[in-house]
Amino acid sequence: MKTSRIRLGSRLFMGLVFLFLYAPILLLIIFSFNAGNSNVVWKGFSLHWYTQLFQDRIVMGSVYTTLLVSLLATVIATAAGTFAAIGFYAMKRRWRTPLMTINNIPMMNADIVTGVSLCLFFVATFAGWNGLVTWLETSYRLTAPRLYLGFGTLLLAHVSFNIPYVILNVMPKLRQMDKNLLDAAQDLGCTWMQAFWKVAIPEIKPGIVSGALIAFTMSVDDFVISYFTAGSATSTLAMSIYSMTKKRVSPEINAISTLLFGAVLVLLVLVNVMEARGEQAKKRR
Amino acid sequence: MKNKLSLFAVPYVIWMALLVVAPIVMVVIYAFSTAGGGFTLDNFTRMGIYASIFTRSFKLALIATAVCLLIGYPVAYAMAKEGPGFRRVASVLIMLPMWVNFLLRTYAWMSILEKNGLLNQFFSAIGLFDLINSLFGTNIQYFKMIGTPGAVVLGMVYNYLPFMILPIYSVIIKLDHSLVEAARDLGANSTQVFEKVIFPLSLPGILSGVTMVFVPSVSTFAISRLLGGGTQMMLGDLIEQQFLGGAYNPHLGSAIALVMMVIVVVCMWLMNHFGEGEEQAVML
Repeated sequence: MKTSRIRLGSRLFMGLVFLFLYAPILLLIIFSFNAGNSNVVWKGFSLHWYTQLFQDRIVMGSVYTTLLVSLLATVIATAAGTFAAIGFYAMKRRWRTPLMTINNIPMMNADIVTGVSLCLFFVATFAGWNGLVTWLETSYRLTAPRLYLGFGTLLLAHVSFNIPYVILNVMPKLRQMDKNLLDAAQDLGCTWMQAFWKVAIPEIKPGIVSGALIAFTMSVDDFVISYFTAGSATSTLAMSIYSMTKKRVSPEINAISTLLFGAVLVLLVLVNVMEARGEQAKKRR
Repeated sequence: MKNKLSLFAVPYVIWMALLVVAPIVMVVIYAFSTAGGGFTLDNFTRMGIYASIFTRSFKLALIATAVCLLIGYPVAYAMAKEGPGFRRVASVLIMLPMWVNFLLRTYAWMSILEKNGLLNQFFSAIGLFDLINSLFGTNIQYFKMIGTPGAVVLGMVYNYLPFMILPIYSVIIKLDHSLVEAARDLGANSTQVFEKVIFPLSLPGILSGVTMVFVPSVSTFAISRLLGGGTQMMLGDLIEQQFLGGAYNPHLGSAIALVMMVIVVVCMWLMNHFGEGEEQAVML
């Protein structure tokens, strides 16, 4: 009797916390179907903002930039992070410890510090490079492209804050792996390349997948680092939302978030159902 | 074999040198130099003017962290006590809001807390203002919520609560249950079990949660701008203004960023001091 009451209480409490977490999101979703342009007054159901959204070049452009930079950064960071994790794993402790500390810096640092430091670095490096180009042009009539903040720097920044998350997800899987497996594969006639692809990679695959998922999440959600590294011409969705909040946020933004949220929801449900099935299949075996 | 594999890390080590270490060195150089290039400590002494912003940032971030802990620990604990199916759904539900951009979620709070927002509409619909006005003889039409420190704290708690729940949850779930049983066998009641066994063992999760909430809270600039209505300036706003805003002065901005970095290093040192922080931070 007593325990069931405690259980009820704890579920009620969790329910309240979930309500707190989801109330604003529900609000966004509901008002994306609003006929009026307010987030407060309901003027009837309409898909007006969805049609508007697909005609808005600026918002669609920023969605495209966000998805492109997130996908590219995830792919690059996952590959680079997996290799780096394997390298760190194979390293002597004396080297690994300081390198892992440096690796942790971007994760531990406040986003704004990472953003500002990358911004300073890019601006200073490009200033030096552009100066060199000018000098080459004036004295040798040689030319090279001048560099500015833009999509390239945005991508570099995203890759560099994603890699640590990949490494930290792959590392534990490497540690769990039986060290003899690789040797066994080689004894059985694999080259070390084959041993790597056929034994090591499948063993650490769950870590790679979760690392990639986290990297993608971080990329899509990032605002601060993008804000400092994208320059003035490139804009991610978060950046265009931020510039809108200075005036007035168009309900189109509600519509695009509803679509993204729906996509993520479907994806997560699929991933979890598949995982649960996999576990059940394992149990049966 | 093993040594050959360690070469895999070489490209990333170079990458880190360029995009992690070099930018931080730049910040340090900028913080200690003038626009002309000479060495100076002025950037640090000038921060004195902004003492009120420093105290406000720390105060609001500490309050937000404490609130997150007070809400997050019970949630994590309750989650860990449930069955595996419930746990899976609950942890997905906690992660899910992070997929809606935080600016948007914060903006949604704006329309809840506004002068004519949903909350004030709700209060006037249930006649709360009439009640207050008739009781105290005042003439309140709405509660002012945007632009108060409370709104900023709410925004921080809302945005960073998952960062508190998940690390604590991942520690409690891995807790060796036989320790709890042993404590019970030795005569501890449930309060004592919690106090002497569960709580001390979940300390690494708490510490990593506290860092993961405190660091972004103290450095935020979007939340304070949206929910603080421009009156609640924080350290993040200050830095942003020095780089991209009106008060362009990257040297001063770097100095403030450096101070913030030192704070993070201290937090990290504290975490490593108390236990395996590295492993816990993995759980996003």
